[in-house]
Amino acid sequence: MSAPATLAVSNLRTRFGGVSAGATVVDGVSFSLQPGRTTALVGESGCGKSVTALSLMRLIEPPGHIVSGSVTLDGRDLLALDEREMERVRGARIGMVFQDPLTSLNPALSIGGQIVETLQTHQPMSRAQAERKAIELLARVGVANPEQRIHDFPHHFSGGMRQRVLIAAAISCSPSVIIADEPTTALDVTVQAKILRLLHDLQRDMGAALLLITHDLGIVAAMADEVLVMYAGRIVERADVDTLFHNPRHPYTKALLACVAGIEDDRRTPLEPIGGSAPDLRNPPPGCRFAPRCPSAQDICRRQDQTLRSVCSDHEAACVLVETELSLV
Amino acid sequence: MTAFVARRLVGVFPVILGVSIVIFLLVQLAPGDAATALLGPQATEAAKAELRHALGLDEALPLQYLAWLGRTLTGDFGKSIATQLPVATLVLPRFVNTLILAFSSLLLAIVIGYSVGLFAALRAHSVFDRTSMATALLAGSAPPFWLGLILVLLFAIQLRWLPVSGMRDMAGDGGPFDVLRHLVLPTVTTALGPAAIIARIVRSTVIEALGRPHVRVARSKGLSRATLIRRHVILNALPPVITITGLQLGYLLGGALLTEVVFAWPGLGSLLYDSITARDLPVIQATTMLIALSFVLANIVVDLINASLDPRLREA
Amino acid sequence: MSSLPASARAGHSELASAAPTPLHDPRSSARFWRLKSFARDRGALVSGLFLLAVVLAVVFAPLIAHYGPDEADNFARYKPIGTLGHILGTDQQGRDMLARLLFGGRVSLLVGVVPTLVAGAIGLGLGLTAGFVRGLVDQIIMRCLDVVFAFPMVLLAIAIAGSMRPGVLTEILAITIVLIPYFARLARTATEGVMPVPFIEAARAAGGAPMTIMVRYVLPNVFSPVVVYATTLMGLMIVVGSGLSFLGLGVQPPTADWGAMVAEGRVVLRRAPHVTILPGCAILVVSLAFNFLGDGVRDALDPRTIRR
Repeated sequence: MSAPATLAVSNLRTRFGGVSAGATVVDGVSFSLQPGRTTALVGESGCGKSVTALSLMRLIEPPGHIVSGSVTLDGRDLLALDEREMERVRGARIGMVFQDPLTSLNPALSIGGQIVETLQTHQPMSRAQAERKAIELLARVGVANPEQRIHDFPHHFSGGMRQRVLIAAAISCSPSVIIADEPTTALDVTVQAKILRLLHDLQRDMGAALLLITHDLGIVAAMADEVLVMYAGRIVERADVDTLFHNPRHPYTKALLACVAGIEDDRRTPLEPIGGSAPDLRNPPPGCRFAPRCPSAQDICRRQDQTLRSVCSDHEAACVLVETELSLV
Repeated sequence: MTAFVARRLVGVFPVILGVSIVIFLLVQLAPGDAATALLGPQATEAAKAELRHALGLDEALPLQYLAWLGRTLTGDFGKSIATQLPVATLVLPRFVNTLILAFSSLLLAIVIGYSVGLFAALRAHSVFDRTSMATALLAGSAPPFWLGLILVLLFAIQLRWLPVSGMRDMAGDGGPFDVLRHLVLPTVTTALGPAAIIARIVRSTVIEALGRPHVRVARSKGLSRATLIRRHVILNALPPVITITGLQLGYLLGGALLTEVVFAWPGLGSLLYDSITARDLPVIQATTMLIALSFVLANIVVDLINASLDPRLREA
Repeated sequence: MSSLPASARAGHSELASAAPTPLHDPRSSARFWRLKSFARDRGALVSGLFLLAVVLAVVFAPLIAHYGPDEADNFARYKPIGTLGHILGTDQQGRDMLARLLFGGRVSLLVGVVPTLVAGAIGLGLGLTAGFVRGLVDQIIMRCLDVVFAFPMVLLAIAIAGSMRPGVLTEILAITIVLIPYFARLARTATEGVMPVPFIEAARAAGGAPMTIMVRYVLPNVFSPVVVYATTLMGLMIVVGSGLSFLGLGVQPPTADWGAMVAEGRVVLRRAPHVTILPGCAILVVSLAFNFLGDGVRDALDPRTIRR
């Protein structure tokens, strides 16, 4: 068991491809995770959320590589560790749950084996001890009859059950950070709620920090304490969840919220899609990356890139309007 | 599983029957009439007439076939034109020699192919990968009999490390070590083509297995690279590779035939060659049949191995 | 249900591993783009041009070579490569190697290309019929083919050629016979893949005559994999054909043919290795070129790789 610790990401940059023809998919991202808190990382497909998560775990493979920045866990910069040391961190200090449970398990190995291997990698345990622990874990995540099912193979399980197994493996060594990358996107709606509840309970019991990556604002509203909005490789707004939903300051966040139907909305209220498409990161526009699609874009937006600035404590947005609106108050 | 085995064995009978028909028909391809083909052009008219009568060569083809089948099943393969010996006695010792060559070639092809392919896949796009795949391409495209001669040129003639041909030294002790020395070049020659193909396919299957999502998930759990590769890559990449190896059997047998000729290895291949040169039809028939039957048998074994590994195949 | 499951057939894994190409609607006209994407594949382009050069060279052999392939010269025996007047040297009978390679190439190429084309056409027809008509016809055809699959390919070719009178025609016939089942099986599998597709069903439902449907809709989709297969096989068949010649089943001396040249060179391997090395290199290089060409053709015909 490790004592709760924070994970601090500072100016993370991850690039795919070479110097001339590549794209910086994660471009200067900074945030931190607190024990017991759920931080949601929101954005549309391709904005760099998954790559951020993979970068934290140093699972980026060529042609991608982490260019600069730091990821500090317990005072140690994970990006400076050698591969062996990082292997000791993965699974033990940070656990990750991936998006598609149907392809995330090895079809040739029993599910028990896939939990046991995590345990035995990080803790000195005999096979019997590890199996007992695996049975406990399966019970904890809600798999019925764990003593029998531990010998079953992935194809004997439904999608939701497989995701539970994967969660069991991810938390098996009581990590202080759990990263969940769209853990319910591939599941039925009814199963989604259960899995999210499971993650919430586990986090609470373990006191871990949960980084929840999603594009679904409903999940954000239900689960998150803090929200990071990501666009084109950058964090454009950071706020706690209530503030974000009631007082969004970045035009992209506002547009996102407008896309989603509210419960009070009349059926006739049209959903407003965001016009245009995300910028090609091989050649990002010179100014603010959202400017081409922004309804409130001004000249300065197109010329000058915008950085995060404080709206109030614990609320930041990367938009020039933050200042102009502030000055109006 | 037993049901599958039974079905497979039963299904083989029509094929064997078909094989026998093809072998029987080979005689019909030969120039001249069957009696001339079977006795040789030197035979007297009287001898031919006698044979025609004995074998019923004047009767309808299907009847001839049945008669021939009957004789063959009782072990009477006829007499070799060249040596006048019963074909069976000629063929069997040669069969053993071919088996020796075929097995060692298969073994070598598997060892080289799998290791090179795995290594190349784990170091994809590296110098080793590129060179080994280029070599594999060359080895797979080159005519095997020519490769054999190049090897002879290099190792037997220029470097004098290995003997040029044959299975045993005429003057030597004839013991197992001697045979091994003679076995080296023929085995390498025969194994090169299949090894090249195996290497290329192992490489692509392993690369594909490496890219599967569950590999990344396993990595995220902190498994070491070695464990990762062992449990999550190789295990999953294995099934198609076994199938491919099975497919090499035919290629191997064909290659072995030509290699035997190049190296004068006293097996079925060189016997076939000699009998073709001598137009010794009974021997051609018996040799071809024996090789074909071995091939069918080997394929059955491969299918059984595959089915035992992958339950889904048992429905076939 | 055949007695030899797919995993057990074929003597060459290359023969068995034609990957299924996705369908294209014959009504779309993407031919121009296919040629363009083919031209983009350098290996294929170079190989194609190289093969063209080879074909031209062997066709115009008399113009290129200064000697005839059978011209023996007792005073110019065993000349090495680079000799004045005999740029590739001579063999044990003083015959010019360049001339022999060029004239021999005619036979070798013929023996590789013709059987592939003929077997391709026949196999395509058989496979298409089997896959389209199904039922008893399908079973009979596939059973007969299974018998041929029971033999290792090279062995059967040798046995057939060995039973007949030696000659080019024998080689061509033997290889053709042995190849037909491979094409037939490929065509049948491709046809089976195409049949359930909606636009075919729609055509049948609309009452189209079976022959028309087969030719207009099924054939184009089956044609592509067969063409790719044929291109790769041509290289292989040149090697197999040279093997038959090596065994003396093809042209007889003094006629030149690459395989036969290797066999003749074998006798003088010690003294004049180039007599063996040169024809083998020719076979190797041509076979490689067909390999690359086949890859290029496959990529060009695959609708997925058509780039605009």
